Order: sequence, then structure tokens, then C-alpha cells
Amino acid sequence: MADTTVLTGTSQRGWYKRNEITATPWLFLAPGIVFFGFYVIAPIFQSFYYSTLSWDGLGEAQNIGLANYSELWDDGAFYTSLKNNFIWLALYLLAIPAGLFIALLLNQTVWGIRLYKSLFFFPFVISQVVVGLVFGWFYDPTFGLFNIALGWVGLGPINVLGDEAYVTYGIIAAGLWPQTAYCMILYLTGLNAVDPEQIEAARLDGAKRLKMLWYVVVPQLKPATFIAFVVTIIGALRSFDLISIMTNGGPFGSSRVLSFYMFEVALSEYGFRMGYGAAVAVVLFLIMLVFITYFLYSMYNEEKGR
Amino acid sequence: MKFALKSSLLSIALSAAMSTAALAGDLVINFDDPNPGPKAGFEAAVEAFKAANPDVNVIVNINDREAHKTAIRNFLSADAPDITSWYPGNRMAPFVEAGLFEDVSDVWEANGFSDSLAAIKPTMTIDGKQWGVPYTYYQWGVYYRKDIYEELGLKEPASWAEEKANCQAILDAGKKCYTIGTKFLWTAGGWFDYLNMRTNGYDFHASLLGGNEKWDSPEVRATFANWKELLDMGAFVDNHTSYSWQESLPFIVSGEAAAILKGNFAVPPLREAGLDDSKLDFYQFPAITDGIELAEDAPTDTFHIPSGASNKENAKAFLKFVTSAENQTLINAGDALGQLPVNANSSVDDDKFLKEGFEMLSSNSPGGVAQFFDRDAPAEMAKVGMEGLQEFMVKPDNLDAILARLDKAAERIYK
Repeated sequence: MADTTVLTGTSQRGWYKRNEITATPWLFLAPGIVFFGFYVIAPIFQSFYYSTLSWDGLGEAQNIGLANYSELWDDGAFYTSLKNNFIWLALYLLAIPAGLFIALLLNQTVWGIRLYKSLFFFPFVISQVVVGLVFGWFYDPTFGLFNIALGWVGLGPINVLGDEAYVTYGIIAAGLWPQTAYCMILYLTGLNAVDPEQIEAARLDGAKRLKMLWYVVVPQLKPATFIAFVVTIIGALRSFDLISIMTNGGPFGSSRVLSFYMFEVALSEYGFRMGYGAAVAVVLFLIMLVFITYFLYSMYNEEKGR
Repeated sequence: MKFALKSSLLSIALSAAMSTAALAGDLVINFDDPNPGPKAGFEAAVEAFKAANPDVNVIVNINDREAHKTAIRNFLSADAPDITSWYPGNRMAPFVEAGLFEDVSDVWEANGFSDSLAAIKPTMTIDGKQWGVPYTYYQWGVYYRKDIYEELGLKEPASWAEEKANCQAILDAGKKCYTIGTKFLWTAGGWFDYLNMRTNGYDFHASLLGGNEKWDSPEVRATFANWKELLDMGAFVDNHTSYSWQESLPFIVSGEAAAILKGNFAVPPLREAGLDDSKLDFYQFPAITDGIELAEDAPTDTFHIPSGASNKENAKAFLKFVTSAENQTLINAGDALGQLPVNANSSVDDDKFLKEGFEMLSSNSPGGVAQFFDRDAPAEMAKVGMEGLQEFMVKPDNLDAILARLDKAAERIYK
């Protein structure tokens, strides 16, 4: 009799009570997983699917297999965009050493340093659109400050945004301005966490200047460097607003990058080739995947090392 | 919720019942020109319509012109207004083919538009039906600085040779002949339209943009050779790839450039910048090849009824209203749109440029009237094409590569 009551008692404890420890974390994760799946994972596979279609977004979609990709294969505009993407990736990384340099410069206690810090951080706060407009005026071949300054040293005028040889570099220079500020703020917080005892010890051992920086300070800034690297790579790959504002992809398409080309063929005034745009998106995704895998792998290693 | 549903069902039933009788209910119009003049002209027409139909509740949404071009794809399928402004020809074709525009042939039939709007009928027709009505159009041509021409002793050119001689004289005076801003590409399309129509005629031009001719052909090469003559002279302002058309206007205002090839919409900003009628004048683009009939670019703007509209009777009444002679005069007046009325019985505003343009289009354009490069060619072709034209203006030596690229693109697009 007593046995049976105990048995019924346990079986009356619900499924949730019995599995509380394993189930609860999943319950807390559920909303995140649902949204991530719905807004991130599913669209990735949708893009793969759309890239096999010929579709204007309105009418009947037609399955054309890999024809979009074979068209990409000998599309000159695609290679221009790809090349520009790699230039962006390489040059945008300059923001990291530049940010470190400014952070070191500002990491001191003098009167009013907070004001200087916020002034250096300012370009990151203002919108990319404003940055683009300001640099657009700066580069203006007839009235711009840049060419007036070149004139003082007897050079120029150079039509930076209208010449296919300079245009990408001109836009990257504009992009480096806010990106350097971002890296600077990451390093400033990182510098707060540098262990003063280690600096002291290194100083006693006779480490100075560059050696001190390279062997003592920079290794301690590794977490900040990692984050700066991640945001800069991602920033370079999604560089879109500056290009759209400053050149609209021109002159004759020479400043396009993949994200802009994707927008142009799929969503701009003369575009609406959803399938072709999706194919560009897939290529861009695969490039990003290389970096994402690397980031995840190194984060995983770090976790394991603890 | 339940009540809201019930009452909305009721109102749908009511409006359905009432629309058969006198006009009532709503009329939602999406219009795409927020500039003060056009906005005022359009709103005046709406007010007049309201006065004539007091029971109709007219709701007007005025969007930015560029934003409208992408928004239309969403609102046509998701939340259709009763009327939207748009463009004819190839620009409306995708929507017609996707079944998003309503067939309004009956409006044309009932109002005798086939006669009064005869000139524009072909570009409004797909599969033998009409899919919208025009409400305004405007001429293109060369707007030039009269005072500079007079100072240099030049006259409006009547031939290509005179055009070039004028240009040389202007260049010798240390100015540029033409200002242009090709950052957004389409301005170069205007130059190609005119050079090609004058070199090879309207029929060849239409056939080229319709995909029936090769770009790498002797005819097109002749057009580019004429263009190259101007480029070699240095006729255009430097660094035009950096400027939008608005940003190219200061050059003509300051007198650094003597002329601009543009639609009549360039006149209001130029006047505002201080060029009055004694300084600004207009001439028709001169003939190039002898014996080729002159043809002009005259883009038309149109109203359409989306097939998802909920008040189609009201919408049709508005289309009829807006194209009537008297309202066409009102909308296109100098202080409103400042353009040409589509209705032959309307009067053209007493404005130097409108009168000259109207006369040119009605009596001196025997070859035909084109819409514009990016309306006559399908959108994709227009994009690739105009990019090639811009490249040609900067690097004329790349012509072979450009023509090959355009032919390759055409092969895919027109298949």
C-alpha cells in the first residue's frame, strides 16, 4: 500500500519536474534559437535556393540551376567587386595599428584628456552617411579642400572619386576614419586592464619603448586585438553605405564591392534580378565563412585552454 | 477586434453598394514628386477633384521620386493605393506582366483618349491594351547661355558643323561647351539618345534599344565617332563623373560652361540661380546626318491603377478628371509642374521654354518621339549601357571593349 502511493507520487511529478536541470537552459535559449533560426539560418538557405532562380521579385520564378553562377564566372563587374573587396580587407586592417597608436597616445592622465578622447571617438558616433558626405566634399575636384591642399604643394588636382585608379582607396581612407576611432576605444579599455606590476617588473629588467610595447603590453591586449580584428574584418566586408553615398559604385562600376553589387543587381532602380543577387550573396557568404570559421575556432580554443 | 472586423466588412459592403451610384468612399493616391511646384499643381488638381466629388475621401501620399521607384514594388503587391504615378513603356512592362496594373482600356475608350492622346498611345499599350494614362511630358534640348553666345558673336547652330564651330569658339574663350554630371549615369544616356537619333535616325535608335540591332555595328560606331569629336575637343566639363546633374548646374550658372543638354526640368533651378530669360535660351539639337528626320526625347509621366486597388471606380473617375483639357492646363502650368499638357485641347503655359518645346515637339519632330534611354531599353540593359556610355566619355579608347560588353549583355537580356 505504502509502496504504491510513493510510486504514484513520483509518476505524478510532471515531465518538466523530472528533467528540470536539462530542460531549463534550453527553455531560456529557446526564444533566441527560434529568432536566430528564423532570421539568420533560414535566410542563408533561402539565399542558396534563390541563387538557382531567374526571378524579378514579382512574376514567375524560373529554376535555372547554376546558370547564375556560370554568368558570375565571366562577369567583369563581379571580378572588379571581388578585387575591391580584398583591397578593402587588406587596407581596412590599418585601423588596428592606428587605433592602438592613438590609444597609447591618449592613455595618460593630463588635464582635459577626456575631452580629447571623446573628440577622437567622435567619428565613430556620427553616421557613416555623414562621413561619406563630408569626405565627398573634401575630395571634390573643383572646390574640395583636398585639392586645394594639393595645390599648395604644387600638385593635383586629382579627381579622387571620379578616377577608377584612386576611387577605392579614397573611400577606404574615409572608412578608416571612424574605424580607427572604434579600434582606439577598444584598446583604451584594454589598456586599463594592463597589469601595472608586470610593467614595473619589465622596467626593472630594463625593457623600454618598443620592446616594452611589443613584449609586455601588446600580449596583454590580445583580447582587445581579437575583437578589433573581428569588427574590422566584418566592417570591411559589409562596406556599403560609404560606397553608396560617395560614388554610387562608379565611375563606371569601378568602386563596387560584392555587397554593393549584390544590392545593385537585386534591389536598385535598374536591378531586380533576385537570383543573380542571391548568387553574389552566396559568394560573399562563403568568403565571410572563412573568417567566421577562423573566429569560432580560435574562440573555441581559448575556452578550452581555460 | 471582432467589432472592428465587422465594421470594416460593413464598410466594404457599403462602399461596394455606393460606388455603383454616385462616387463615394476613399481614393488613395501615391504621387512621386515632392518638389514645391509639381506638388502644388498636383494638389490643386486633387482639390478640384474633391470639389467635384465631395463624397470621396481623397488621401494623398507624396513620396520622394527615387524612393518611390523602389517602394512601388512593395506597395503594389502588399498595400496597393488606388492610383500611383509611374512611367510608360519598358518601365511599366514588368508590372503589367506581373498582373499588378489594371487594364484601363475602357477609360481610353469611353473618353476618346485614342484621339486626344494619340501621340502617347503606343507607349501606353501592351498586348493591345492600355495600362495607364499620361498626365505630363516635357521636351529635351540644349539650354544655353544666351549672353555668352552673344558676347562671342555666336548663333544657335543649325547643323552639326556649326555646333562644333560654336563649341570651338567657346573653348577658345576659355570656357567649356557643355556641363554634365554623370555620377548617376543617365545624363550620358541623353547625349547618346540625341547623337544616335541624329546620326542614324529614330527607327534605328528604337530598334537598337529594343534589342534588334548589334551595338558593334557601323551605325553605332558612327554615333560614337561623332561623340568622340566633342570629347577630343574637350567640350565637356572635367571631372563630370563626380557630379550629379544638380551638382553640374553651377558650371553653367557661373559661365564656366555655356550649355547643357537636359530636359525642361533644368529650367526652374537655373532660373532660381539667377539666369533669367535674357541669359538662358533653348535650341533644338541640330541635325547631324543629312536627310535624317529630327526626333526628340520627350519623357512622359503617367498614372496607373494597381490591380489590388480597392476603389477602382473612383480611380477611373480621377484618371478621366486629370486628363481633361482644363485640368491638364492647371497641372502643367508654369507655377505648377511647368511642363507640357498631354491633352491636345489644353493650353500651354505662357512660358518661353514651354512654348518653344511644345512647338518643337508638335511641328519639328517628324522622326518620332522617344521616351528616354532608360525607358526605351529594358532596365538591365539601360544600366549596363549607361555605364558603358560613362566609361566612353572618360576613356574613348575603350570603345571596342565597351561595345563587346554591351552586345554580350544584350544577348542575355533580350533572349
